[in-house]
Amino acid sequence: MNVFGDLLSGFGTVLQPEYLLFAAIGVTLGTFVGVLPGIGPALTIALLLPVTFSLDDPIGTFIMFAGIYYGAMYGGSTTSILLNTPGESASVATAIEGYQMARRGRAKAALATAAIGSFVAGTISTLLLSLFAQPVAKLATTFRAADYFALALLAMVAVTALVGRSLVRGLLSLIFGLFLGVIGIDGLTGQARFTFGTMELLEGIDVVVVIVGLFAIGETLFVASRMRSLPEHITPLEPGSSGKGWLTRDDWRRSWGPWLRGTAVGFPFGALPSGGADVPTFLSYTYEKHRAKNRAEFGKGAIEGVAGPEAANNAAFSGVLVPLLTLGIPTSATAAVMLAAFQIFNLQPGPQLFDRSPELVWALIASLYVGNVLLLALNLPLIRVWVKVLQIPRPILYAGILVFATLGVYASTGSVNQVFIAYGIGVIGFGMRHFDFPIAPVILGLILGPMMELQFRRALLVSNGDLTVFVTRPLTAILLGLVVVALLVPYLPRIVARLRGRSTDTKRLTFAEED
Amino acid sequence: MRTRHSRILAAIAVAGLLLAGCQKDTAGGGNASGAVDYPSKTLQLMVPAAPGGGWDLTARTMQKAMTDDKLATKPVEVYNVTGAAGTIGLAQLVSKNRGDAHHLMVMGLVMVGGVVANKSPVKLDQVTPIATLTAEQEVVVVPANSKYTTLKQLMDDAKANPASINWGGGSAGGTDQILVGLLAKAAGADPKAMKYVAYSGGGEAKAALLAGDLTAAVSGQSEFKDLVAAKKVRALAVSGATGVDVGEGKPAPTIKEQGFDVDLMNWRGVVAPPGISNGDKAAVTAFVDKLHGSAGWTAAMKAQGWEDFYKSGDEASAFFASENERITTVLTDIGLG
Repeated sequence: MNVFGDLLSGFGTVLQPEYLLFAAIGVTLGTFVGVLPGIGPALTIALLLPVTFSLDDPIGTFIMFAGIYYGAMYGGSTTSILLNTPGESASVATAIEGYQMARRGRAKAALATAAIGSFVAGTISTLLLSLFAQPVAKLATTFRAADYFALALLAMVAVTALVGRSLVRGLLSLIFGLFLGVIGIDGLTGQARFTFGTMELLEGIDVVVVIVGLFAIGETLFVASRMRSLPEHITPLEPGSSGKGWLTRDDWRRSWGPWLRGTAVGFPFGALPSGGADVPTFLSYTYEKHRAKNRAEFGKGAIEGVAGPEAANNAAFSGVLVPLLTLGIPTSATAAVMLAAFQIFNLQPGPQLFDRSPELVWALIASLYVGNVLLLALNLPLIRVWVKVLQIPRPILYAGILVFATLGVYASTGSVNQVFIAYGIGVIGFGMRHFDFPIAPVILGLILGPMMELQFRRALLVSNGDLTVFVTRPLTAILLGLVVVALLVPYLPRIVARLRGRSTDTKRLTFAEED
Repeated sequence: MRTRHSRILAAIAVAGLLLAGCQKDTAGGGNASGAVDYPSKTLQLMVPAAPGGGWDLTARTMQKAMTDDKLATKPVEVYNVTGAAGTIGLAQLVSKNRGDAHHLMVMGLVMVGGVVANKSPVKLDQVTPIATLTAEQEVVVVPANSKYTTLKQLMDDAKANPASINWGGGSAGGTDQILVGLLAKAAGADPKAMKYVAYSGGGEAKAALLAGDLTAAVSGQSEFKDLVAAKKVRALAVSGATGVDVGEGKPAPTIKEQGFDVDLMNWRGVVAPPGISNGDKAAVTAFVDKLHGSAGWTAAMKAQGWEDFYKSGDEASAFFASENERITTVLTDIGLG
């Protein structure tokens, strides 16, 4: 194994000035499209695809594309934290604590822990990618439909923390998300569901449209409705922290654990052929919440709740590259567009890519290290600029958000109907805020619901309707066993207490606390 | 050092182009006249699918060839209308672009199936056929450790015990499932009894085949090339008239060679909106003829591994009609019609 030799020659390629320029363009573009709601890396790369035709330089192209993807992951946290308007599903979890931090005047710390966490996670996961791409890919392709179902179910029960204080409201939100998820053509039979006979709904409702509607538009309406009772500017900046230091000593102490744990969750999830970057952010959030000593702070702006998910979504990207490069399997929308780019250059990602185009692969991997450094250098100073956004008077700021949200939806779908749908969902989002319904479970239902349903039915189709398919393989059985544990553990103290005849007001314990 | 210089320039151009891409010429209406100077204004190419797919690549390759070889003196723009096997784009072309000869749409076999499976209110015979351009064969693969070494063995089992074979491929009603239906019919099995597991794309089907969920996967011939070459999967047959190399270093046998009378090409073509004049139709056809003959297009086809499948004029119209009938029948047999 001469991984290090290969990697060094990769660095040799990337550190040439023109490739550094490509990387810099990529990360800068990525950061900005990440900041804009609705316009994600997949769309940006797709828009740039025709340009690559004339570029005729695969290495430069892929360095730039990887930079865009990474940059978008860094930038995605910005609007989540400052304005509670995430632009894609991977930043929804960040918004929960990040926005609360910003409201308490801790926007700088939140943005800094997101940027540094992204850097830490990006670098560690790139290292994992360099060293273990092949074995991880092998592991990822052992997952069958039944396993994916069990995994989705586990994620679903494990992230109940998102449900919030009221169980009924949380479950209603979740069910609304599940409902949105089944709209459109059923993947297995091709039959239309809940489309009311319209062509526009056949494709289903895109998760970006829902996120922009619920968050950006819903938030704008909500703010507008209470305009008179709010101060003109959003949040005061932290007093005294304008100059030196992004994070206090205490912030560092509380952030590094979540960064590492977020990386540990994000990387393997990204590598799974049905994983993606959003599920691990929710898992990381829940885990940090359960683990935290000061759990009461969660919901009011706990830095762990920003550090974990942000590390998770960046780590997931390096994970996504594992099946893409080693097997040619795209696991996210962006990866699918990158796969198309590979094909434009007549390169077929797969088991032989490492042997056939080692120069390209290792330059790409080396560019990830470089990109992370560039992004950190770009994003830390930018924090000072971003927080200024909070000093824009509200009416102007939210008018701007509405413009970008509308543009974003139109740009990513190319359909005015989708813009109307986004606004319709925005009105629902306003209602949910008004009546104190949590928003995150909607996104969770929308992401996990279709995955659970589709994989459950695939598993049964493959097994000819035999339900034992869910217990015959050890992997599935273990995952489903964990589901049962996750469901029971919160009630264990009460059960134990009752058995011992004590009073039942023991604090609820939860699944994550055992590890 | 010229290349290095041009790379830097290209990188800067990227940023500029991205900005330029934000402005979109939405001017419509107004028919062009005269076969001589078509296109006489901005030519719009609609891709009725997401960026990055086969149709998208076709359109962007057309765009590049048109501008590089100076076939079009006016700008050529590509835009995407995603959804439902292209039927949403189809509906838009028919309703919004009627009579506009400067608005073309890339389409293909998948759309023929999509119209049937999605019960689209807008049918393909409503548009003006221009030409078919390229085609790709389909391939049937099994995992390397599968007991099936020939298509015949696989089909024998599919006939005798349909529940024992898990077929997998792209979306329901798409080319892959159509091929499974045609194969079943040719083998004397019940197309409706075939167990077909649909995946959102080739990648997911690949993972499912490797993980062991599927007995056999059906896909475009290039999709599995690398896995075939790495001996992780085995190609049993390709669906065209003559065998192509799908990664083994030698041509794979065709379905016909193995005794099943099935020939299916995943073809792609281009259509114009309804209601254009005969003169316009002739002008568009002549323009696409010119594109097909250009050096840029020929080179691009070779690079992409696309087979030349050119039919234009009346030949294209007749082909569209016969494919429509064949696909409608097989999808009805499968139970999706």
